[in-house]
Amino acid sequence: MIFVMLWTDILVWVLVAAVLFLGWRVSRSDQVKKQWHTVFKSSIAMASAIVLAFYLFFTLLDSVHLRLSLESTKTSTKQVQYSEQVQYSEIVSLLDLILEHNIESTERTYSAPFALSEYTKSIVVDAQGVTQQVHIPLKYVSIDGDIVAESIKAIFLGIGLSILLIVLHLFWRAGSGIKDTLVLIVQGKTELPWRTAYLTFTVLVTIFTWFYLLSFDYHVLGTDKVGGDVLYQSLKSIRTGVLIGILTTLIMLPVAIILGVSAGLFGGWVDDVIQYLYTTLSSIPGVLLIAAGVLSMQVMMSNNPTWFESTIERSDLRLLFLILILGITSWTGLCRLLRAETLKISQIEYVTAAKAFGVSKLTIIRRHIIPNLMHIILISVVLDFSGLVLAEAVLSYVGVGVDPTMHSWGNMINQARLEMAREPMVWWSLFSAFIFMFVLVLAANLLSDRVQKVLDPRNKS
Amino acid sequence: MFAYILKRILYAIPILIGVNLITFMLFFMVNSPEDMARSQLGAKQVTPQMIESWKEERGYDKPLFINYNASGTSVLTDTLFVKESVKLFTFDFGVSDSNRNIGADIQVRMGPSLGIALPTFMIALITNISLALLLVLFRGSVLDTSMMIVAVMIMSISGLFYIIAGQVLFSKIWHWVPISGYESSWEGIKFIILPVMIGVFAGIGSGVRWYRSIFLEQINQDYVRTARAKGLSELSVLFGHVLRNGMLPILTGVVVVIPTLFMGSLIMESFFGIPGLGSYTIDAINSQDFAIVKAMVFLGSVLYIIGLILTDISYTIFDPRVKL
Repeated sequence: MIFVMLWTDILVWVLVAAVLFLGWRVSRSDQVKKQWHTVFKSSIAMASAIVLAFYLFFTLLDSVHLRLSLESTKTSTKQVQYSEQVQYSEIVSLLDLILEHNIESTERTYSAPFALSEYTKSIVVDAQGVTQQVHIPLKYVSIDGDIVAESIKAIFLGIGLSILLIVLHLFWRAGSGIKDTLVLIVQGKTELPWRTAYLTFTVLVTIFTWFYLLSFDYHVLGTDKVGGDVLYQSLKSIRTGVLIGILTTLIMLPVAIILGVSAGLFGGWVDDVIQYLYTTLSSIPGVLLIAAGVLSMQVMMSNNPTWFESTIERSDLRLLFLILILGITSWTGLCRLLRAETLKISQIEYVTAAKAFGVSKLTIIRRHIIPNLMHIILISVVLDFSGLVLAEAVLSYVGVGVDPTMHSWGNMINQARLEMAREPMVWWSLFSAFIFMFVLVLAANLLSDRVQKVLDPRNKS
Repeated sequence: MFAYILKRILYAIPILIGVNLITFMLFFMVNSPEDMARSQLGAKQVTPQMIESWKEERGYDKPLFINYNASGTSVLTDTLFVKESVKLFTFDFGVSDSNRNIGADIQVRMGPSLGIALPTFMIALITNISLALLLVLFRGSVLDTSMMIVAVMIMSISGLFYIIAGQVLFSKIWHWVPISGYESSWEGIKFIILPVMIGVFAGIGSGVRWYRSIFLEQINQDYVRTARAKGLSELSVLFGHVLRNGMLPILTGVVVVIPTLFMGSLIMESFFGIPGLGSYTIDAINSQDFAIVKAMVFLGSVLYIIGLILTDISYTIFDPRVKL
């Protein structure tokens, strides 16, 4: 077994490290700590954060890639030295390993959620030679199980699992005073809405356990045209969506901050050049600039097939390029805001005083300007996230999104949009993609509302 | 006023040159004229002569930025970049890879695009502003909070969902309107209704929230308190003061959009089979037709810059404090 680091994996873990570092820094500043405390006082924000954490958990699970060593190495008699090499499987992620049974249970064609047989009739010649049109039973579905009993079992297991985790968390937080804390939580009298948090957590864990346990015997969300499991596709798509939402902002942030702050602080020709840059970029219609970039990138990648070894690496590289292109096209708005705010801050007395004392520009930026821009940066990060997740679907539809072999909600919608015209309708692929996307974007929107409300100084009144 | 507009137009020229430079680099740096000729002529049995003549025909035989063979100023001017840019500046978009005149295509397709985009824009503007005013009138009430939750939910659903669900419900199940198509007469209105309604509905969430926040910002101002103290009714405060003063921020966001309406909507047009500029662009992207995408990028930028100039002009009309 060897671990494989894809480009986007590296970025994801760098981001995780950066967030942890920031979190550690924040935990030392009382003021910032208080602000975030206020954010999570709202139970909607708390619930949204838990939902987002769930999505993030799947992203991280899906961001550890490895090649498994195959036990049965093929021995070829002609080339002896070949047989001694350890053979490795395709690149798989941890999530693939958890959902392995779903990858293997590929049916022939469409089947509805929890169906026992195929969705469309096919022509079968039976033993007597009579031609019949029947729904062929699915290969990987066990008919003998009782679905209600299994569901009840799964739900109880899910609730039990979440209670166990919650109790562990309570012990960690409250230690010996666990009894009093529990009473406060049940009454909903804690400072932070822990009751909502635990309820959301329980619901999510239960739903997932239910889906997961039943997915051994059924196709919980049905199968698509070529028999692929829709639940597996939807779960795999989480990584693509979240990555596009987060990494694009990560890439755009340094550009926007450096250019915006220097334009506002230095003025003169620096300001002119930077203003010219972002006016030019923002005057190009966004989708067209992205399309132009992606088209060029496709040509470049087909000219350089040595950059990647496997399909997964190719689609990963393409995702990386897409994120880069999205980053290049989306920094202008934030840059404009930061420039204006820096201009305002650099007129304030304490900055003038710092200048008069001969404090270097870099220190001024670090000590006075960046901390005062933090709220704008944070708000734009959370605001952009949901827009980018939605944009992925549209871009994939236009044909300039992620690689067609990559699992993404956009690709699912794109492949399934003609299925609604079928008679009878095949709705589950589209429906699953939209629901998974809706929950993520709704949570992000609700949290960003709250963050904006708390952090934006204009809302203090 | 005239001098100001002239100045703004002159300022637009370097921006358009920049736009050209970006698109030019994107296309020609990775996709050399040789590659284009090869893919256009087909991979089999392409002689170097054929490639040369194809390049000469389209003017692609010149160097990209600097022509070392020329003398004087034509070192810089007798190049592919300058030739292509000058063509674009005179709105000569040339021919597409499939040998169609892009300029003529654009003229024909602008109509249908506008036929969808203009009604969507107008109806959305009126609905969003009226709904926002209604919410501001009942601010803090159950109506306000519940509508805001609905607005966030509308925002969180992918636009593709509205289109697909709308088509299935209204065309496939209820047969109220045809599923797609276009006709440039009054008969054609049946094709327009559904895309316009979906366009309005999809934008209602973010629209209402935006206008509501603009109006709420106004409602805490001193002049509103004075107006109330004068004994004006809440309605006349809203329409006479809040709406009028909210016009300025609304103008910034709205006027800039108007010229770009010509470009149409990419997904709307391709889902509903409307022969406008949006579906034209999508077809070009799918067939990797660089010439059309380049023309559309240029056109889009020109329209956006016109929108910016119009915004400034509208300021002088609506805000007496702004003098040019």
